[in-house]
Amino acid sequence: MSTLEIRDLQVAVEDKEILRGVNLTVKSGETHAIMGPNGSGKSTLAYAVAGHPKYTITGGQVLLDGVDLLELSVDERARAGLFLAMQYPVEVPGVSVSNFLRSAVTSVRGEAPKLREFAKDLKAGMDALSIDASFAQRNLNEGFSGGEKKRHEILQLELLKPKIAVLDETDSGLDVDALRVVSEGINRFRASGETGVLLITHYTRILRYVKPDHVHVFAGGRIVEEGGPELADKLEAEGYEQYTKASA
Amino acid sequence: MGLNEKPLSTLHEKASYDLADFEVPTGREEAWRFTPLSRLKGLHNGKAQVSGQVITQAFTPAGVSAEWVGRDDARVGKAYVPADRISAQAYNGFEKALVVTVPKEAVPDGHIGIELRGGGTDGVTYGHIVINVEPMAEAVVVIEHQGSAVYADNVEFVVGDGATLKVVSLQEWDDDAVHVSHHHAQLGKDATFRSFVATLGGDLVRLSPSVSYTAPGGDADLAGVYFVDAGQHLEHRLLVDHSQPHCRSNVDYRGALQGQDAHAVWIGDVIIRVEAEGTDTYELNRNLILTDGARADSVPNLEILTGEVAGAGHASASGRLDDEHIFYLQARGIPFDEARRLVIRGFLGQLIERIEIEEIRERVLGAVEAELAR
Ligand SMILES: Nc1ncnc2c1ncn2[C@@H]1O[C@H](COP(=O)(O)OP(=O)(O)OP(=O)(O)O)[C@@H](O)[C@H]1O
Ligand SMILES: [Mg+2]
Repeated sequence: MSTLEIRDLQVAVEDKEILRGVNLTVKSGETHAIMGPNGSGKSTLAYAVAGHPKYTITGGQVLLDGVDLLELSVDERARAGLFLAMQYPVEVPGVSVSNFLRSAVTSVRGEAPKLREFAKDLKAGMDALSIDASFAQRNLNEGFSGGEKKRHEILQLELLKPKIAVLDETDSGLDVDALRVVSEGINRFRASGETGVLLITHYTRILRYVKPDHVHVFAGGRIVEEGGPELADKLEAEGYEQYTKASA
Repeated sequence: MGLNEKPLSTLHEKASYDLADFEVPTGREEAWRFTPLSRLKGLHNGKAQVSGQVITQAFTPAGVSAEWVGRDDARVGKAYVPADRISAQAYNGFEKALVVTVPKEAVPDGHIGIELRGGGTDGVTYGHIVINVEPMAEAVVVIEHQGSAVYADNVEFVVGDGATLKVVSLQEWDDDAVHVSHHHAQLGKDATFRSFVATLGGDLVRLSPSVSYTAPGGDADLAGVYFVDAGQHLEHRLLVDHSQPHCRSNVDYRGALQGQDAHAVWIGDVIIRVEAEGTDTYELNRNLILTDGARADSVPNLEILTGEVAGAGHASASGRLDDEHIFYLQARGIPFDEARRLVIRGFLGQLIERIEIEEIRERVLGAVEAELAR
């Protein structure tokens, strides 16, 4: 049983205030969707929680099972059980996918997986996400299409088995088939009931596959409305206009 | 023999076997301005005592000969004419030259190994090596430099018509070694030359790989990696002299630098002479500056004397580790130090991957890993 607790989080980028007091609690077994217009600060929230150096925390707290994540380095947060699937995964030249994944799994588990077992897990994970076996030898994200990058993020999610996953627009840029494959991956991750998901998205499309328990509307750097799954449908019908006006 | 008769460009001004043709450098010359002369231990001014502290051994597969010959041997000094003071000093100072011959059409089983081991920095050693790959033959040469020494040499690679030579040169000297070397490849008609240089050790290493062509169709790839630690000066000076039509060259050097006064110098000179129409050339140097206090000087020079090139370009870039790369790896739980190692290894590894022979590729990767783990 895990809890990610974001309390009154305030974040600035290059002296510009972006997050203005975000409060949100995600428990294992729960799926929260954050929806909001472009530039409202959704990625900022995700990156700040993960510890990206570009973002300065100006106030608030982020606790994972009572541990203050903001005191930890980026890798320590990941090892504590936090995972961020990035909106734009970066290309890392010269580092192969298999090498990277083995290093990541070794770091997170605290011991190197048996080579054979790892190869088997990797193959199963790739198969499930319809990722061609040749990707293991390719350079990390290099030349991957948008959809391939997102699938690869979910592969990492499944291999690393974090307690809480923040998925930043994992659905954007996916065609219908890829969306289904990726959603199934997220659902496999949720299936144990011991993990929590914070899913950032613009569209209700993915929410038909990955059913949220809670929906939060994000505008102007804070959560402006909360509700159940029905809120997503309302946003789909009416758009964000009323919120952007209110927050401006 | 006096000055070379070839029409000279501004990038390749002088070539002579005669030491008197070269002034003792002062450090103000373009060719010497980056090199800390005071650390050359007398290699440049002729004042050093010759001690012969470097032992050279050749290991040859069947069908390849290796001989020690006198300086009057006709095969010595045929492909390369010394182009600077230390090169001339070495040329005039060596006693025996190692001549390796790969006979016509031979494809030896396994590589030719040349090991140079230095026994100390008291006094200097001069050396000379000739690798002759006769027409249509194919050979792989691995040259390894280890130990401690003050050493200057000239290495001539003669690649015959239709022949292929792949050379890997590893500079894994001890911390106090000084090494100044010219590696010259002369390519015959349709000859192929692949050079891979990895310079990791030494206090001061100045390696000048150069290429010339005697007929059309020559194809040269020169790649190199270096890892410069605090206080080290590692300098690579490339020269590709296109004097024949329809030849190709590609230069790609990458380095990583860390620590106070880690200094890398890369000079990439390419000349495309009037007669070299249809030349295709590209040169690239990239440096990863890992800490403050490290400096990389990177100077590409492309001198085009003909209007008829197939392609000619150069690029040079020096920068820091990319924060986004490190963040991505750390966000997957990989600790900073390991993330950094993975990225650096990836950066250099992309070049190392080009070494086709697995055993040698692993050898070079291993050397770089060991350097990263230091
Ligand atoms: N380096 C930066 N300098 C200045 N402003 C920045 C910087 N990075 C982000 N911002 C600003 O922060 C705000 C929030 O950006 P963020 O990426 O968090 O939005 P988002 O909600 O994820 O948008 P999208 O839906 O387009 O992904 C935007 O106005 C953006 O321009
Ligand atoms: Mg975003």
